Amino acid sequence: MSAHAATAHGHATTHEHHDLGFLRTYVFSTDHKMIAKQFLLLGLFMMLLGGALALVVRWQLAWPETPVPGLGGILKETGGVLEPSQYNMAFTMHATIMVFFVVMPILAGGFGNFLIPLMIGARDMAFPTLNMLSFWTTFSAGIVMLIGFFVPGGHAAAGWTSYAPLSSVVEFTGVNWGQNIWCISLFVMGVGSMMGSINYITTVINMRAPGMSLFRMPLVVWSLFITAILLLLALPVLTSGVAMLLFDRWLGTSWFRPSGGGEPLLWQHVFWYFGHPEVYILILPAMGIASEILPVFSRKPVFGYHAMAFSMIAIAFLSWVVYGHHMFVSGMNPALGTAFMVTTMVIAVPSAIKTFNWLGTLWGGRIQFTVPMLNALAFVSMFVIGGLSGIFMANSPVDIYIQDTYFIVAHIHYVVFGGSIFGAFGAIYYWFPKMFGRMTNVALGHLHFWPSFVFFNITFFPMHIIGVGGQMRRIYNPMQYEFLQHQQHWNVIITVGAIGLGVAQIPFIINFFWSMFAGRPAPLNPWNSTTLEWTASSPPPHLNWGPTIPTVYRGPYEYSVPEESADFSPQTQPARAGAGARHH
Amino acid sequence: MLNWWLPENVSSFGGEIDWLFHLIYAITAITGILVFVCLIAFLVMYRDRPGRRARYTHGNTTLEIVWTIVPALILVILTFLSVPAWSKIKMSMPATDFVVQVTAKQFNWQVSYPGPDGKFGTDDDKMFLDEMHVPAGKPIRVVLKSQDVIHSFFVPSFRIKQDAVPGREIQAWFDATKPGKYEWPCAELCGFGHSGMKGWVYVHTPADYEKWAAENLKSGVAAPAQEEKPKS
Repeated sequence: MSAHAATAHGHATTHEHHDLGFLRTYVFSTDHKMIAKQFLLLGLFMMLLGGALALVVRWQLAWPETPVPGLGGILKETGGVLEPSQYNMAFTMHATIMVFFVVMPILAGGFGNFLIPLMIGARDMAFPTLNMLSFWTTFSAGIVMLIGFFVPGGHAAAGWTSYAPLSSVVEFTGVNWGQNIWCISLFVMGVGSMMGSINYITTVINMRAPGMSLFRMPLVVWSLFITAILLLLALPVLTSGVAMLLFDRWLGTSWFRPSGGGEPLLWQHVFWYFGHPEVYILILPAMGIASEILPVFSRKPVFGYHAMAFSMIAIAFLSWVVYGHHMFVSGMNPALGTAFMVTTMVIAVPSAIKTFNWLGTLWGGRIQFTVPMLNALAFVSMFVIGGLSGIFMANSPVDIYIQDTYFIVAHIHYVVFGGSIFGAFGAIYYWFPKMFGRMTNVALGHLHFWPSFVFFNITFFPMHIIGVGGQMRRIYNPMQYEFLQHQQHWNVIITVGAIGLGVAQIPFIINFFWSMFAGRPAPLNPWNSTTLEWTASSPPPHLNWGPTIPTVYRGPYEYSVPEESADFSPQTQPARAGAGARHH
Repeated sequence: MLNWWLPENVSSFGGEIDWLFHLIYAITAITGILVFVCLIAFLVMYRDRPGRRARYTHGNTTLEIVWTIVPALILVILTFLSVPAWSKIKMSMPATDFVVQVTAKQFNWQVSYPGPDGKFGTDDDKMFLDEMHVPAGKPIRVVLKSQDVIHSFFVPSFRIKQDAVPGREIQAWFDATKPGKYEWPCAELCGFGHSGMKGWVYVHTPADYEKWAAENLKSGVAAPAQEEKPKS
């Protein structure tokens, strides 16, 4: 089994037995496609939980201290009314789950695994066993995280950023095991992510099919490659950080405790040194996904391929030197604040370049409004809003006022939900035929997309307004503040939007599972795309292609090439002299 | 549209923050509108219609240089315009003889004044819970400390926010321009009582302040007037 990695460029081993039994096929599989599905399902399951927690938080904010529907059975003492400590736990775990167990598993874990080998023409990942281990490590981390809900004292309640010393001293929150479990789970998750990232990097560097030069790689592979480098370098910082936090809690060290000579700001430096690259870990794969879907349904080459790839590289480099913008008012030396303002303004440039290139891709195209395309367009437009709102916070004087208000909550959700999650939905609709061999239902797809898009904006746009009005994030009851009472109606509107957004996911769940078993069988290349995964059967067999690996002759976005009759020219199709031979 | 919701500004440097806010608001609004107009126009103009083939192009170097340089220039200019405000608010301290110590703890602001001897840390220091009294039109230096976790000093109408970090003494300042009573929440999650951790800053006219100080700071005992807190 593991020997096939070496034969990736040669021929499939013909004596391969595909009858591996249930356990080796569906559970402890080393096939990158099965591992991808496992990651995807883990992420989708966790999204239900993370979403439910968000609704609990929203209910409390709109109708403070009234019983949350459905929680009466769990919170028996209060009849379903959330207590402040439970509210803190709910938003802490909402963010923790969404960041570490939804977006990362779906985009980096799921689509990273599925797409990298198929799109570069490899038979599997470089280290299939490590790949399997990476999933089961992440899965274990998820289980550990879930256990935290059932320990005395409740789960972690110090925010997903877990600022010390609130997080490092038990007495300050009253949470003992919950916070320990939070640290342990993220430590394990960090180890799993490291295994995955080493694998992705090695695979992209070593296992590309003949002719697949770096600049013939699809942009989504570029994005996942860069994401893997960020994961490799950033996650160990978090892993070390949570270990330090756990040592402070358990072993009496004083990394972050001033009474023992420690420094609370050290945690923030460690956390954000991981945390800002993490933001790009969450968004880069979605940028890659949009760069895949837009050309296909515009029937046009991506605009400025090299600018797209280099701007992602620039974002990755710069992401290491902007993290201090999370700490403008933390007490960090304000001279550093100036420096971080400059770097943060600079990182806006490559993001702007990408946006303009996506627009350029649409320009002059032949745009087909399929469900994946709608989600990719939602990604682009929501990312524009999220990117622009970022400029307010990059500006350190303005940030003095809007730091820790709902403005930042609006911003992060426009980027991570409007960006990453719409990107993930686009990817699911687009690659579902290849993943499961069946088409998704178009009507249900529209029924999912349109309400999601509308309710998303009803939910998150007004957060800018209440943030500018001064509403702090992480408060339990806005009505405790006289200066916020006049805008409470917005909190009601936001919560109604959030409930709508939650309900809008029902068609998706139905579509996903119904189509997996009963959808129309998918043809080889349902969207008439050019990239390599569409030359494998739907779904691709173990080792992806038959006896020979495809050979690559051209770039990934050769749509509507003049003098060629079809409006798409697959990467495996030799270029005719003079036609479509321009760069890549 | 967004700026309608900004609370009233009563701070000497708040105008500079609000001006930058409006400038960025204008820049982002114009950019956003341009992008969305292009996006919607392209979606309508280039929607799939029979008999038309998409334009085969891989990019346009001139265009790409333009849309790299223009945003870069705007952002550089914006940065230059912002540095003075940042330096003024966070990197410098106006000369003032008015110093207040604020020590945050779960879940109160403890405010101390030096008392008749003019020194902190002596027996005659006057302590108040969740209320601060200052004169208008005078720079106030705040020495911020924390007893337990990180809190954040936030007075929305003063456009000031500064974290209080245990183990550190952080200096901040403001200069309130208009007498009144201003809400003073904690802006950093500090535990289960974070929500509702707030105080009030009373800005008096100089004459009123002298009167208040004579009654509360110079005399022997100061009865901390307990603000009634909403239940949390």
